[in-house]
Amino acid sequence: MSTDVPVAVQPVPRGGLGRMVGRRVVDWLPALVVFVGLVALWQGLIVWLHVQQFLLPKPTSIATTFWTDKSELWHAGWYTFQEALGGFALGSGFAILVALVLARWRPLATALLPYAVAANAIPIIAFAPITNQWFGGGLTKSSKIAIAAVLCFFPVLVNTLRGLTSVRPQDLELMRSYAAGNVEIFRRVRIPTALPFIFAGLKVATVLAMIGAVVGEYFGGALNAIGVLILSRSRVFQFNEAWAGVLVVCLFGLALYIAVALIERLALRWVPSTSE
Amino acid sequence: MRTAALRLGLFVVVLAALWGLWEGYRWLWIHEGWTWPFIVNDTTMPHLSDIFAALWGSASPGGVGPRLITVLVKGALFTAKEAAAGFAIGALVGFALGVFLAHFRLLQRGLLPWVVASQTVPILVVAPMIVVWANPKLPDGLKDWGAVALIAAYLTFFPVTVNTIRGLQSPDRRALELMRSYAAGNWRILWKLRFPAALPYIFAALKVSATASVVGALIGELPSSIPNGLGAQIINFSQYYTTEPRGLWATNVIAAALGISFFLVIVVVEKIVVRRAPENYA
Amino acid sequence: MSVVEISRVSKQFGQTTALQGIDLEIGEREFVSLIGPSGCGKSTLLRIIGDLIEPSSGTVVVNGKSARQARNDRDYGIVFQDPVLYDWRTVAKNVALPLEMARWSRQKRNERVRRMLELVELQGFENHRPWQLSGGMQQRVSIARALSFDPALLLMDEPFGALDEMTRERLNIELLKIWEASGSTIVFVTHSITEAVFLSTRVVVMSPRPGQISELIPVDLPQPRTAATREAPSFFELVTHVREALHLGHDLDRAAPVTQEAKA
Repeated sequence: MSTDVPVAVQPVPRGGLGRMVGRRVVDWLPALVVFVGLVALWQGLIVWLHVQQFLLPKPTSIATTFWTDKSELWHAGWYTFQEALGGFALGSGFAILVALVLARWRPLATALLPYAVAANAIPIIAFAPITNQWFGGGLTKSSKIAIAAVLCFFPVLVNTLRGLTSVRPQDLELMRSYAAGNVEIFRRVRIPTALPFIFAGLKVATVLAMIGAVVGEYFGGALNAIGVLILSRSRVFQFNEAWAGVLVVCLFGLALYIAVALIERLALRWVPSTSE
Repeated sequence: MRTAALRLGLFVVVLAALWGLWEGYRWLWIHEGWTWPFIVNDTTMPHLSDIFAALWGSASPGGVGPRLITVLVKGALFTAKEAAAGFAIGALVGFALGVFLAHFRLLQRGLLPWVVASQTVPILVVAPMIVVWANPKLPDGLKDWGAVALIAAYLTFFPVTVNTIRGLQSPDRRALELMRSYAAGNWRILWKLRFPAALPYIFAALKVSATASVVGALIGELPSSIPNGLGAQIINFSQYYTTEPRGLWATNVIAAALGISFFLVIVVVEKIVVRRAPENYA
Repeated sequence: MSVVEISRVSKQFGQTTALQGIDLEIGEREFVSLIGPSGCGKSTLLRIIGDLIEPSSGTVVVNGKSARQARNDRDYGIVFQDPVLYDWRTVAKNVALPLEMARWSRQKRNERVRRMLELVELQGFENHRPWQLSGGMQQRVSIARALSFDPALLLMDEPFGALDEMTRERLNIELLKIWEASGSTIVFVTHSITEAVFLSTRVVVMSPRPGQISELIPVDLPQPRTAATREAPSFFELVTHVREALHLGHDLDRAAPVTQEAKA
């Protein structure tokens, strides 16, 4: 945000793709070091202290299982990911739409915001068995898409509403001086102001979508879904396989999160803190 | 006085609108025979009045035994205990980790991505393994519910850590320079400037975490066959859903009430502790 | 022909009377400053001219039509105390904003933006983001934006209030050049006496509670005004005149019963 305090002139960030990538690698180096360190520590503890491998196997044996079962794991993960992605798109899209409609009548939006916030505090995950029942026992993708969508809906709704209503009054006054109509104010002021908020909500939703799909599968899902796979394996004490499945879920969840974060970076290059 | 009446009025209107939406949707879909996205009938969407009536009815079919609401509130209290313990652990650990990472920037860059990644772990499927692993190590008083509290803590710490870092780093340069001009050391800057500046951020996170701790407790209970909490009721009623759908809906009503109460407690505490406009922090 | 005609304008905010019985006529190519202590309603009056606030009573005619019609016809540009630039637009796009809203073609827009940035001496900063500029530069962008569509009237609400004295004096001279070159009429709100005298062809001195005009002081300093103008004896005389007019209003204000301060 600009303030009326003079700030130093900063150069426009420039640089070729190569330099950008180079900088990114340096940025991620500490994270990589920590990762290698943690995995090594985990492996070392199990090997040297002779921890029983029953619950938490060595990273190497998980990795081996991951590699040998990769096609089955990948397919199961992809199946669940489709459910999560469908729910994410449906829930977030609907939430943004509802927020836009509500924000059209600003007093309505501000009056309803506390209720949306309160609804956001409901443990919606407990509805998973109900959405399973809606779609005939839960063997379909639709039931998981439904619970993932409901989970994504409220965080995105709350954030979008907050963003759309947190426009600075002077920004609106300028628009008024141009005799701007409602549509124009939305397009040129409210939506750009709301975008950082919307992306914050979307990032929360990515994680929820994957969790929603997996929890939905816990209450009954297709046999080729990753959540069902993990459960069935851990019930027969195949913990290598179960952990490899957990890893797959993490990877898909992270992929969705990173995808949204990347789009955010591209769309919000103007936000001071993201281009630093 | 007038605003209070207005708020109450709005509350009633919102509730009525939600009720109208539910019943209207029900009526329209049943009347038109629409089957998309799902078939509406008394099983998929019971009358709201039936759901609330079920709360006052008997818990087990046949009309004997305690009222459903008694059973569910008991379960909710047990789950609340787990969630509260998990919330306390998670908030403390999250705050400590946040202070630590805010201070050591390099560690922050190394660890923060994994803190984010940790939230993509499907805790539901990991929960039984945690319970099996933790239970033998816990003293008798903590058995079962202590393990679930750990799972709740796992979902709680993340928002607190992230917002603590953001909040501690929020004071601008001039505020820091003012502290330097007083020759304040790092600890004094932390307590006199950074921590107060971070409070609104931390409370924003605590509100998210309060809900997350309830979710964590429920998710922890589901697969770990602990019979006392709401999680067990969810499993129980989901098995009888086709014959008695109102039980699961009623359980969800209580679970929702639990989540909202946890959230409201933090809102009230925030009102007392932070005397600034708090709603501006997402 | 007068650009702004204000007759018997009053404005109430709840119990507080922000403006009472304002009559003011502003002619073509005039540079009129509104000056007064905080709470005298000078910003409110400016916003009433721009139809950003509606008067409780009285009429405002801008360019021979109602203030509402003038706003809808985009007859005026406005500069606020805050630069009010949109962070999501580059400097060039911020200047182009009113042109986009008036549906100018891209080519015409680019051409005009280039000229405007030249006018405020910000060539080379087209692709910067507002937050990458200093406060003075941001305010210059805001002026370029207000002037970009050749409005007959420019409304300025303490545009240099947040700037340091040196930047302010430099921008004062720039503003006079722009005024000269663009041929527009300017209504300028300030609480700096020297700024008002240096810039204006006429100073409107206002007093608070209720906000009203206490004196109209014509400024007959020679044009164009330069740094030397500030050192001329006639400049000091006018400054003294305005100061005394302000103090007179202030003394009246002290004698008046203390009421709640109006938000100016």
